Amino acid sequence: MCVYPCTPLCPPVPSSCYPSMMAALWTLFWALSVCLLGCAGLTPPQAHNLPPSVGSNSSSSSGGGGLHVDAPMALRVFSLDYHHVQAPFEIVLWIMLASLAKLGFHWSGRVPAVVPESCVLIMVGLLVGGVIYGVRHSAPPTLSADSFFLFLLPPIVLDAGYFLPGRLFFENLGTILWYAVLGTFWNVLGIGLSLYGVCLLAPSSLGDISLLHCLLFSSLIAAVDPVAVLSVFQEMQVNDQLHILVFGESLLNDAVTVVLYKLFESFLRLPSVSGLDVLLGMCRVVVVGLGGLFLGLFFGLVAALTSRFTSRAQVIAPLFVFLYSYLSYLTSEMLHLSGITAIVTCAVTMKQYVEANVSERSNTSIQYFLKMWSSVSETLIFIFLGVSTIQDVHMWSWPFVCSTLLLCLFWRTTGVLLLTSVVNKLRRNAVTFRDQFIIAYGGLRGAICFSLVFLIDDFPKKKLFITTTIVVILFTVFVQGMTIKPLVELLDVKRKKKALPTVSEEIHTRLIDHLMAGMEDVVGYWGQHFWKDKFEQFNKKYLRRFLIREDQQAHSILRVYQELERRGQRGDAEASSVVDPRPPSRPLLPEEMDSIRRILSRNLQNFNKKQTRAYSRHSLHQDVATNRARKPLHRHQSVGGRYTCNTTAPQEDDERLSDSLRGRAGLSRSHTVCTRSSRRTLSDSLASTESQTQSQPENPKPEGVDQTSSDQQHPVEKTPKKQLSFNLENENQQ
Amino acid sequence: MGSRASTLLREEEIEEIKKETGFSHSQITRLYSRFTSLDKGENGALREDQVNFRGFMRTLAHFRPVEDNEKNKNVSNTEPLNSRTNKLHFAFQLYDLDRDDKISRDELLQVLRMMVGVNISDEQLGSIADRTIQEADANGDGCISFTEFMKVLEKVDVEQKMSIRFLH
Repeated sequence: MCVYPCTPLCPPVPSSCYPSMMAALWTLFWALSVCLLGCAGLTPPQAHNLPPSVGSNSSSSSGGGGLHVDAPMALRVFSLDYHHVQAPFEIVLWIMLASLAKLGFHWSGRVPAVVPESCVLIMVGLLVGGVIYGVRHSAPPTLSADSFFLFLLPPIVLDAGYFLPGRLFFENLGTILWYAVLGTFWNVLGIGLSLYGVCLLAPSSLGDISLLHCLLFSSLIAAVDPVAVLSVFQEMQVNDQLHILVFGESLLNDAVTVVLYKLFESFLRLPSVSGLDVLLGMCRVVVVGLGGLFLGLFFGLVAALTSRFTSRAQVIAPLFVFLYSYLSYLTSEMLHLSGITAIVTCAVTMKQYVEANVSERSNTSIQYFLKMWSSVSETLIFIFLGVSTIQDVHMWSWPFVCSTLLLCLFWRTTGVLLLTSVVNKLRRNAVTFRDQFIIAYGGLRGAICFSLVFLIDDFPKKKLFITTTIVVILFTVFVQGMTIKPLVELLDVKRKKKALPTVSEEIHTRLIDHLMAGMEDVVGYWGQHFWKDKFEQFNKKYLRRFLIREDQQAHSILRVYQELERRGQRGDAEASSVVDPRPPSRPLLPEEMDSIRRILSRNLQNFNKKQTRAYSRHSLHQDVATNRARKPLHRHQSVGGRYTCNTTAPQEDDERLSDSLRGRAGLSRSHTVCTRSSRRTLSDSLASTESQTQSQPENPKPEGVDQTSSDQQHPVEKTPKKQLSFNLENENQQ
Repeated sequence: MGSRASTLLREEEIEEIKKETGFSHSQITRLYSRFTSLDKGENGALREDQVNFRGFMRTLAHFRPVEDNEKNKNVSNTEPLNSRTNKLHFAFQLYDLDRDDKISRDELLQVLRMMVGVNISDEQLGSIADRTIQEADANGDGCISFTEFMKVLEKVDVEQKMSIRFLH
C-alpha cells in the first residue's frame, strides 16, 4: 500500500501504484462476477428470491443440474457438492461482489467526484443483473421485501441513529417533525389525487386504477428514503442544519409512510371505506409514531442498564447494543409500529450511558461494527436495486410514468415551500430559499419504496406500479443524485464549517449556554435552553445514577479534561524524550490502567451540545494521535510513564488508515474523515503538552483525524498547559 | 432614566425604551409585567434599587434576535444593542469582573470554577485557564482583551446562540 501525506484536493494515489492496484482490483472483480455467473449457471433458472431470505431457498431440491455424480463405482478422490453450501455461498458471493465494487469505486480516480457511490453501485447491479439474465434467460434473483426490511434496513438505521448529532437534531426537532409528518401527508394526498386525475384522463390505458390504488401508490412513492439521502448527502458537505433537516425528515417520515401504506392497503381489502375508518387511520399515525418511540426508549434504557453490568465480561458488551436495538426493531415490526423510529430512539437513548459504562475497546468495536454493517447493507441494497431492475415483469405506460415523476417533484417543491414559510416564523434561524431548494431537490427515493411496491396485493396494474417505482428511484438517484452536488456549489449553499474548535470556543460557548439558560429563566420563556437544562438535571439526578456504574460517575468536565490528558499521553507514547519528568507517585497496576482508560474514554455530552460530525458511513473517528505537530510551548508529564507499546502500534495503523482514507478528495464518506480536522487542535493542543518539545514544530498534517473512538463529538474542553501530571490519586479521590 | 418600577409604565417611557432597545410595544408591556412579578417575589433576584426597569430592558435588549431588516432601518450611528459586537461584549463582561476590559487569568479561573463545580483540582483548572488564554492571546500580555475575545469566537454563531424569541 502506498502511503503518503495527502492534501485535500490531490488525487489519491501516486501514479506508480495506481495501475497495478486498479488492475488487481478489477481482475478480482471480474473473477468474482464469473464466479457468480457460474453459480447462476449451476442453479437451474428459477425466479426465486435470493438466499438472503434464508429459508426460502428452494433450488437446493433441484439436484438435476450437472454436478451430481451417480453412485460411484469406486471411491472418488475429488468431488464437488455445491448444493450443500449453496445458500451461504451465494450470499457471501453477493456480499463480496458488493464490497469489491465499493472498493473499486474508491480506487477509481475521478469517478467519485462526479458520480455518487449509490449510482455506481446501481450500475454494477444492472450489469450483473443483465449478465445473469443473459446467461439464464430468466429474471435474476430479486430483493425480497422481507430480507430487506428485516436484515438490510436495520443496520443502516441503527448506524444513523447512533451517530445522530444530538444537539442539532433536538434543536430542529420541531421543524423536522413538521416536514416529516405534514410534508408527507401533503405529498401523499397531492400525488395520489393528481395521479388519479391523470388516470381519469387516460381511461383507455389506465382506467382500471382506482383512487385507492393511486393513494396506495403515492403513499409509498412520496416518502423520502433515508438510505439514499444519507449516501448522497454525505458526499456533499452542506451546512449542518440543512443536513439534519433532510436527514431527520427522511428518518421520521417512516411512521407516516408505514401507517398510510398499511391503511390504504387495508382499505383496499375492505368492502367499503367510511369516514370513521379515515379518522381511525389518523389516530393510527399517532399511535404508530409514539409507540415506536416508547418502545425504543424502553429498550434503550434496558440496554443502558445491562451495559452497567458488563464490566466482568467486556468482550460481549458490544453485542448488547446490537441485540437490544435489533430487538426493538423486531418488536415494533411485530406490533406494526414504526420500526425505524424505535431503533433510532433506542440508539439515541442508550448511547451516552453505554459509552460511559463500557470499556474503550468495546466502544470502538461498537462503532466499527455499526459502520461496517451499515456499509455492507447499503451496498447490497443498491446493487440489488440494480439487479432487480432487470425483470420480465415490466409494463410501461408513458403518461403514468412521466406524470408520476413530474408530480413527485412538483408536490415536493410546493410542499417544502409552503411548510417552510410557515415554520420560518417560529424558528430562530430561518431556512433560506437555497436551503429550501436543496431540501426539495434532495428528496430521493430508494429501496423502501421498492420493497413496498412488491408487497402490494396482486392486481392487474401491479407491474405498472413496479416499473414506475423503479423509474422514479433510478431517476432520483441518478439525475438528482448526480446533479445535486454541482447545484449546491452553483447556488453557493452554505457549506459545513471546517473550523477547528478551540478550547476557548468551547468554554465560551458553554458559558453562553449557561447564560442563556439563566436569561430564559428570567424572561420566563421556556425555550430550548430551559428544557435542556431541566433534562440535564433530571438526567444527572436519576438516570445517570441508575444507569451508569458507580465508579464512572465523575463530573463531565473532569472527564473531558482527563480524556484530553489521556490523548496527550498517547501522543506522548510516540515521543522519545520527556522533559522535566516528575517522578511517578507509584507504578500503575493494570487494573488502574484500565480504569484510567475507561474514565478517560468517557464521552461528554453535557447539554447535548457537542456537534457530531460523524454523519458519514465510512468514516469512523479513529482513536489516533496522529498529529506530529509539537508546539514547543508546553510541557506535560505523565504519571505512570508511557503507555505500553501496544498502544503505539494501533495508533500508527490508524494513522496510516486515516491517511489513506483522507486521500479521497470529494469522496463520499472519507471526506468527512478529512474534514474532521477539528480534532487537529485537540491533538495539537495535547501534543503541545507533550514533552517532546525538542522536535521542531512541523506543520500539522492538513487533516488530522485524531479522535478517540468514544469521543466523536466532544470538543476540546481543557488542556493542560504547564507542568501537569496525570495524577492518579487525584482522580481517585474525585 | 428614573422610572421606578413601582409606578406604572408611562407611554413616553415606552417610546423611549422602544427607541433604545428596539422592542415592540407589546413586548415591552409584557416584559414589564414580568419585571413586576419578579420584583414582587422579593427573593433578592431583582431588587428595585439595583436594577430598574430601564436597566432590565437594556440587558434584555442584547438578546433580541438579529433581524435583517433592522440594518436598513437603523439610521443612527450607534449600533443597536443586539448587534453581534454588543452581544459578545455582554458575554465578555461576564468574565471581566473588575471592568478593566481585559480578562485576566484569575477572572477566568473564577468563572471556570463556577461552571465546573468542585470536582476539579485547582491545578487542573489552572492549566485549562492557561490554555484558554494562550489560545486567544495575540499580543502576549497574558490577558484576553475584547478584540481577542471576539476573534476567538468569530466562528461561533453568536447571533443565533444569544437570542431569545421574545413573544410578541
